[in-house]
Amino acid sequence: MRLDLLTEPVDGLDEALAAVDAFDRALTGGLLRLRPAQAAGLAELADAVAGSPLAACAAEAAEKAAAGAASEDHFLALAAARTALLGSVHDALTARADEATGRTREEAPAPAAAEPQAPNLTAAARSWLGDLARAGWQGIDHDVVSGSAQVVSAMLPDPGLRRLAALLDGFSAELAASCPGASLERIPVRRWADLWARGMLLTLPGAAAAPATETVTGRLLPLGVDVQEHATAAQAQVHAVFEPADGGTPRLVRASVSAPKPDTVLGAGVWQLLRPHMTLLAAAGEGRSMDLTDMPVTAEGDLIWQDDHARTGEPADAFATARVALPTAATPPTAPLDRHPVRLAHPVFLEGYTAELDADDETVTFTLAGHRLAVDTDRVPAAGPLTPKAVAASGACIGLLRWDDGRFFLQPLAVETTVRKKTVAVHAGAWAGGTTDKAGAKAEKAATDAVAVLRERAGRLLRK
Amino acid sequence: MSDFERSSTARVIPPARPRKLAKVPFVELADGRLQGVVSSGSDIGRVYVSSVAAGTYAYACSTNNNRPCGGARGGFCNHIGALINESVLQYGAERVARYLRVDAGDGEATAQSLTTAMSGTRPFPADSKAAASVFSRFLRHLAYLELAPTTGPLPEMQWFPPTRTVA
Ligand SMILES: [Zn+2]
Repeated sequence: MRLDLLTEPVDGLDEALAAVDAFDRALTGGLLRLRPAQAAGLAELADAVAGSPLAACAAEAAEKAAAGAASEDHFLALAAARTALLGSVHDALTARADEATGRTREEAPAPAAAEPQAPNLTAAARSWLGDLARAGWQGIDHDVVSGSAQVVSAMLPDPGLRRLAALLDGFSAELAASCPGASLERIPVRRWADLWARGMLLTLPGAAAAPATETVTGRLLPLGVDVQEHATAAQAQVHAVFEPADGGTPRLVRASVSAPKPDTVLGAGVWQLLRPHMTLLAAAGEGRSMDLTDMPVTAEGDLIWQDDHARTGEPADAFATARVALPTAATPPTAPLDRHPVRLAHPVFLEGYTAELDADDETVTFTLAGHRLAVDTDRVPAAGPLTPKAVAASGACIGLLRWDDGRFFLQPLAVETTVRKKTVAVHAGAWAGGTTDKAGAKAEKAATDAVAVLRERAGRLLRK
Repeated sequence: MSDFERSSTARVIPPARPRKLAKVPFVELADGRLQGVVSSGSDIGRVYVSSVAAGTYAYACSTNNNRPCGGARGGFCNHIGALINESVLQYGAERVARYLRVDAGDGEATAQSLTTAMSGTRPFPADSKAAASVFSRFLRHLAYLELAPTTGPLPEMQWFPPTRTVA
């Protein structure tokens, strides 16, 4: 991997992000009564997409908002313009990451036709997001924020609306914890604008649809497990190389499992919640391959996992997969609407680097051929054996190359370290399928007890 | 803009810490209150809905059937004490103190110092109007256990990376 390419400037990146920031600052103060500087920020966003099909509607939306006459459709146009700009940022960063890793990427297919989904609920969600845009982050209070609770509760049971529901649930919890906005000392300006714009677009018919386009048969070789969570939802994603049985080109794929959860289900409790719904978690935890038969997959390389299409296979060392299979694997494209820098999660393998642990803030940096790459050990789930110390003592690493806040960084999924002159692999997702580790077993027991209490309480109180 | 302002994955809420749930199955900092549900020590079918308001520390405690708690006539009852203890375990004393706007004086805040500081202001009982909404939020919280997991990808969760840093 060529780390030098990751630190070189990307053409046009600063200009695109400056237009995004200008809009985000306007949103912070609210779009109801814009000051001249805020109105200029909206105009800057509209100008930035002037060469795109969004030009006319973005310009109109910026004008109407400046006049205090913006409707929900205008907010939607502004969200679309911001999303398009970050889409271009995503594309430039992905091209750079592909170049650094020597990867070729498959062409994106044309998006499938849109089908409307629960129009009343998505309209209610859009109306709440409209209220937020008018108030701005500095104007939020409990009244505005709590408006999402009913629509989230109504959406959560429908798996087809889960993407929007999980997003709004996590977003509104952050807003609720930050009320009143007027007394906030610092505001996650880009993050909340991201979540807002994302929510707006997901209320459009078909925006959240990611249908399977084919089925695949062959061998799945796990690389590692990535976990994402907020207080009331968690998702585990297994990154893997898929080798088709017909001898076709291997390709990078992901398998995901997610669930809403009470906020007191944490750590090992998350594994317990997700484990029964995807046998792959146990296989990945135990270092085994799986044999897939007619497993549905999307054009973006997301397996739509069904346990009855998978069988546990031979042991498969993730580091062997990373050394041998990963370099030859084709990389699927990203769905048009998912093109955002936060979505960049490029499986990579590094070795021969020097690892440094900063004694003060415990951050880890890898240096390879004189170039440095920051390592984000904070993303490694606490319910697992991989620690910042193990990463700092490692000689080889499987990770996800990501980008945020103006720089590329590495999220470790697994490392090789030397213990008593022997090479040992330590995986972030080692406890996904369960563990005999002492600390792990204790965490499992505590999590089992917590869920048992909640289930008992639910059984006694919920259906009265 | 600062790093926090320019990060798409800035951590806004520190993750809760695991705790035993048998005594106090539900705690939250919401609606301007520390509020939650405390299991009755004597009747497994009964729970108490308890709350303390931020700023004024106005307190309330009643059963899920809306009967007032006998212990909460002249001040914080044991249920409210348990609620404060468990909230400190779940969120950390500092976050609870900040939310309730308690100045626990010098030294590190603890459940004990928060309780003493709030009781010391001789807070008034609040009306029990909030109890119904707290209880329904608890039921909503329990209902999350009944929601089906999905294996369709949720790309939006990329905005919610885990963190090892707890409250
Ligand atoms: Zn009481």
